[in-house]
Amino acid sequence: MNKTMSLEISLEALIAGDRAEFARLVDAYSSPIYRLGFRMLGTPQDAEDVLQNTFLNVLTHLSTFEGRSSLSTWLYRIAANEALMLIRKKKPEINMDDSQAGENDEDLLPTQFADWSALPEDELLSGEGKKALDAAIETLPESMRLVFLLRDVEGLSIKETADALNLTETNVKTRLLRARMLLREQLSTYYGERIAREERQ
Amino acid sequence: MTDHAHTNCEELLGLLSAYIDGDLGPELCLELEKHLAGCDNCRVVLNTTKRTIDLVHAPIGKLDVPEDVRERLFKRLNLDDYLSQKS
Repeated sequence: MNKTMSLEISLEALIAGDRAEFARLVDAYSSPIYRLGFRMLGTPQDAEDVLQNTFLNVLTHLSTFEGRSSLSTWLYRIAANEALMLIRKKKPEINMDDSQAGENDEDLLPTQFADWSALPEDELLSGEGKKALDAAIETLPESMRLVFLLRDVEGLSIKETADALNLTETNVKTRLLRARMLLREQLSTYYGERIAREERQ
Repeated sequence: MTDHAHTNCEELLGLLSAYIDGDLGPELCLELEKHLAGCDNCRVVLNTTKRTIDLVHAPIGKLDVPEDVRERLFKRLNLDDYLSQKS
């Protein structure tokens, strides 16, 4: 997210109904919210629904925004809730409590030790690499994925992430550690196999 | 993580995330760094975890809102007049 842009948005103007300012807010946050929707739901159509519902909600509730959290945290909270509501509607079988796969300590123990950290970024994300990363993010349990997306993809602080998701900071840290370990493990499996394959050729 | 003499890999693993975020107190930081200096596997886990986080920040991995989606959003919000004024 472009933090400078977010700082330039005037809350006063928004509350006063300044449409140009609201358009600037929409432009500043459309991409992060669209990304969040896409990563949580997996389709462009659902991402668009999350995006539209978020800003319709913002428009409805802007006059009652009390400023107890920052504007951006409030926006992410609404977007996260919209995404979760849509998941519940579309995939009611998904259990979003804390007893999901990947919440057990045993799942966190690394088993892959291929060292791919020195490979250049364009090589890591070329072709299949990008797909492997996307697929790995997609396998994270929903509650963990939200924390990971806000903190590591959009760059919110631990506190902002906790505020946006109504979690304690300790809970955010725990989920973040698990998400990072699970992703690392999956990427290490993928890159480890890729390195071995290339060495054989 | 079993091919060396250290026994506290599992315990220190829980600190990696906070260490990467610069969120670890000096004592634990020192303990972890001492361990990392002698444990190849934990060092690989640290480096590949950092790299995993780098990758999700990479511009190539970033998805921006498509123009047609932006257009429909502006219309839905009755902001048609501002469509051309992208900041």
